[in-house]
Amino acid sequence: MKLESKVPSGPIEKSWDKHRFELKLVNPANKRKFKVLVVGTGLAGSAAAASCAELGYQVESFCVQDSARRAHSIAAQGGINAAKNYPNDGDSIWRLFYDTVKGGDFRAREANVYRLAQVSNSIIDQCVAQGVPFAREYGGTLSNRSFGGAQVSRTFYARGQTGQQLLLGAYSALMRQVGAGTVKLHTRREMLDLVVIDGVARGIIVRDLVTGKVERHWGDAVLLCTGGYGNVFYLSTNANSCNVTATWRAYKRGAAFANPCFTQIHPTCVPVSGDHQSKLTLMSESLRNDGRVWVPLKKGDKRKPQDIPEAERDYYLERKYPAFGNLVPRDIASRAAKQMTDDGRGVGNTGLSVYLDFADAIHRIGLDKVKEKYGNLFDMYHHITDENPYEQPMRIYPAVHYTMGGLWVDYNLMTTVPGLFCLGEANFSDHGANRLGASALMQGLADGYFVVPYTIGGYLTGNKLPKVTTDHQAFVEAETDVNARTKALLGAKGKKTPAAFHRDLGRVMWDNVGMGRNAKGLQSALSQIPEIRAEFWKNVTVTGEGSDFNQVLERAGRVADFLEFGELLAKDALVREESCGGHFREEHQTPDGEAKRDDEKFQHVAAWEYKGEGKAAERHTEPLTFENVHIAQRNYA
Amino acid sequence: MNITLKVWRQKNAAAPGALVEYTVSGVVPEMSFLEMLDTLNEQLIAKGEDPLAFDSDCREGICGMCNLMIDGQAHGPDKEATTCQLHMRRYKDGDVVTVEPFRAKGFPLVKDLVVDRSAFDRIQAAGGFVSTHTGGAGEANAILIPHDMAEKAMDAASCIGCGACVAACPNASAMLFVAAKVSQYALLPQGQPEREKRVLAMREAMDKEGFGHCTNEYECEAACPKGIKLSNIARLNREFLRATIVSE
Ligand SMILES: Cc1cc2nc3c(=O)[nH]c(=O)nc-3n(C[C@H](O)[C@H](O)[C@H](O)COP(=O)(O)OP(=O)(O)OC[C@H]3O[C@@H](n4cnc5c(N)ncnc54)[C@H](O)[C@@H]3O)c2cc1C
Ligand code: SF4
Ligand code: FES
Repeated sequence: MKLESKVPSGPIEKSWDKHRFELKLVNPANKRKFKVLVVGTGLAGSAAAASCAELGYQVESFCVQDSARRAHSIAAQGGINAAKNYPNDGDSIWRLFYDTVKGGDFRAREANVYRLAQVSNSIIDQCVAQGVPFAREYGGTLSNRSFGGAQVSRTFYARGQTGQQLLLGAYSALMRQVGAGTVKLHTRREMLDLVVIDGVARGIIVRDLVTGKVERHWGDAVLLCTGGYGNVFYLSTNANSCNVTATWRAYKRGAAFANPCFTQIHPTCVPVSGDHQSKLTLMSESLRNDGRVWVPLKKGDKRKPQDIPEAERDYYLERKYPAFGNLVPRDIASRAAKQMTDDGRGVGNTGLSVYLDFADAIHRIGLDKVKEKYGNLFDMYHHITDENPYEQPMRIYPAVHYTMGGLWVDYNLMTTVPGLFCLGEANFSDHGANRLGASALMQGLADGYFVVPYTIGGYLTGNKLPKVTTDHQAFVEAETDVNARTKALLGAKGKKTPAAFHRDLGRVMWDNVGMGRNAKGLQSALSQIPEIRAEFWKNVTVTGEGSDFNQVLERAGRVADFLEFGELLAKDALVREESCGGHFREEHQTPDGEAKRDDEKFQHVAAWEYKGEGKAAERHTEPLTFENVHIAQRNYA
Repeated sequence: MNITLKVWRQKNAAAPGALVEYTVSGVVPEMSFLEMLDTLNEQLIAKGEDPLAFDSDCREGICGMCNLMIDGQAHGPDKEATTCQLHMRRYKDGDVVTVEPFRAKGFPLVKDLVVDRSAFDRIQAAGGFVSTHTGGAGEANAILIPHDMAEKAMDAASCIGCGACVAACPNASAMLFVAAKVSQYALLPQGQPEREKRVLAMREAMDKEGFGHCTNEYECEAACPKGIKLSNIARLNREFLRATIVSE
């Protein structure tokens, strides 16, 4: 397998313009002869489907929810970055590029990130034109705020519902094309396999989740925009349906999977309350601007927080990182919380949380001001936990939030399978080993509105694609595989539910492949996961039939894929013997416990190639070079 | 605690349905209502029985996927909350709770508690957009929108498309949903060029889908988890009237 990044040569500021010029154009009259399949209707998928249809391609779009508008992008709260520099505070395309490469701990491709920063401004223009109600100043101009520790105010937002409003904008553009008949929308459809003919992606197999019917769809190109795999940890801030199935099945058909171990754990989430828990809720990072994080000094201190005197509290972030205090980056804050709970100093019934205390803030700026700034977050917390954060400290704990890894793509967003593109959180490209706040929304829309509509044309004109029909042997075989799998799931007739297996896997992943990783833990995960998987296929129970609306079957299929994928994630983490971004190998830290990169050995992308059932995946590397951003070790002490 | 549920079970749209009684044990106050249903489902699956089919996804009140009628109330007893935001601390040991699907002619039943809300997508496709092509937008700050107008548009835009307004309405009218979308665009300069066309097309699509008419029952506003105000319906009516006159 060859990993050709196809990054244009020459100065980075000109790369994208030059590349766009060099891409061949499709004759307008020919566009409607090409069919593009777009899987996923989140920011990336809706934007791509609408834009490709506007250009004249025939588009078919697929999602698992009952409406395209419910993709997980809807849940993003904080905002979207762009280099508009409206506040005149020194932002620029160059600075956004620089911050994003550095934030990713030097594990992203420079040219991709530069392009992202470059198109960020067009995204805001586009969304405003669609009627996205961004926050505004009294004079009528757009408002900005600073987010995720950035030193400039470059984040655009719509209350705490930015993802929702951006997605509804993209959804409206998509529905406009559906109304015009240029996009055929298939909701409640799950992609279960990729069809590859003569080495080229030519279609997909999907299951109609209402009737259970398995369908074949052909296309001249396939775009996977299927989101992240955070749910491999069972509990995460992701929606229940988020899965790895589409990208995993593509991997098994030849698409390399890059950096699966790069996962992001967000420090401020509502803690787990018990085994019944089905998902974790994110509490905005902005809370750390005024809240102080602490745990009792003494192990197992069961007193109420109000009864613990100042001298017996450990404000550990302020103690360890005097310069940044409570505002250290996400990965550092998360790991520090884990150290405290590992040390037996966690609080709450489970001992798996730390305090985020606003008593000082209320004293300093007053109750009203705190209410004005954080009122709705406090209410949300109160509603979920039944604890009043105005009277007692909040309890928070880190949770899996975002996945930087994904299918390997070149500069055109094409995977190692020609004709198969991958966009949004599902690809690996722009965030390196750690994603900065407000940059996932930017990337999803950049890929969908402004990158793929160009690069797909280059692919379609540059290759002579023979006509295919869904009677082709490859379609028959892929459908047979899908049916055999469904049959195996229904036929196991064991005693344990798919959700119970998912929980088992999640526990192994969280304990061994979570915030702190070491060789021993990773090896243990690598021996436990295959055991769970073997038990799964023997002892899973899936009720009902395949030819029906069957949510147990849906869940079982996704868990089966997580059980394979989790192993690759752990393996990637084991091989990457360095700490970078969200990947912290305990063996590789500075004397003060900070992450230590090994640029000599690991300044590269790791891309895994599937070698067949029961065979070890092969690790390929794409070296990363930094010609524009000066490489440095992160330091927050 | 133990909770007794009376749940609507129906294999598919063609099959007959009925309320079936279940007792869920081991319910704790921290559980959400949907986690309580998960618990029941785990018990049913382990016994080899078909679990309840119900929709949900984000489980934090934003995707609009969850939709249950709980004791006759769309999204249950909490004000301005979705089904997934309801917690079991609202209930006590021994309570009997009835759970049914959102019922409306425009929302045909799929299975048990799952309904088909694709009518909303078709209404959106009829006119719920600004006709602008990717790449054709001008500089964002060239359009000035007064702060209060933007906030008002945002209030309307927060609709999550859940359909509780329809389920709560005695006429199964979709006016609040349509009004929210029409209002968002009517309030913004970007929506002006297609102002008349949009409201006429969306109203027509709504009628075609079999939703009823609004007779000012106020149930929609009370059920809406996002606090979408009835004043939007008044705006929709004004917009409709205006468009009818203008286009004649
Ligand atoms: C709680 C939360 C808050 C966040 N806040 C922010 C923020 O403030 N700023 C920011 O920049 N980022 C934020 N993020 C991250 C960001 O929201 C996501 O990374 C981004 O929205 C992903 O978009 P996407 O289009 O790639 O995928 P998604 O929106 O996840 O869409 C995936 C689509 O694929 C479909 N799909 C999946 N699998 C299949 C299959 N097998 N077959 C068919 N269809 C399938 C789904 O139906 C869906 O339509 C947040 C994330 C979370 C969880
Ligand atoms: S108006 Fe309210 S109740 Fe109706 S669909 Fe929108 S959010 Fe749901
Ligand atoms: S599950 Fe998303 S709003 Fe309830």
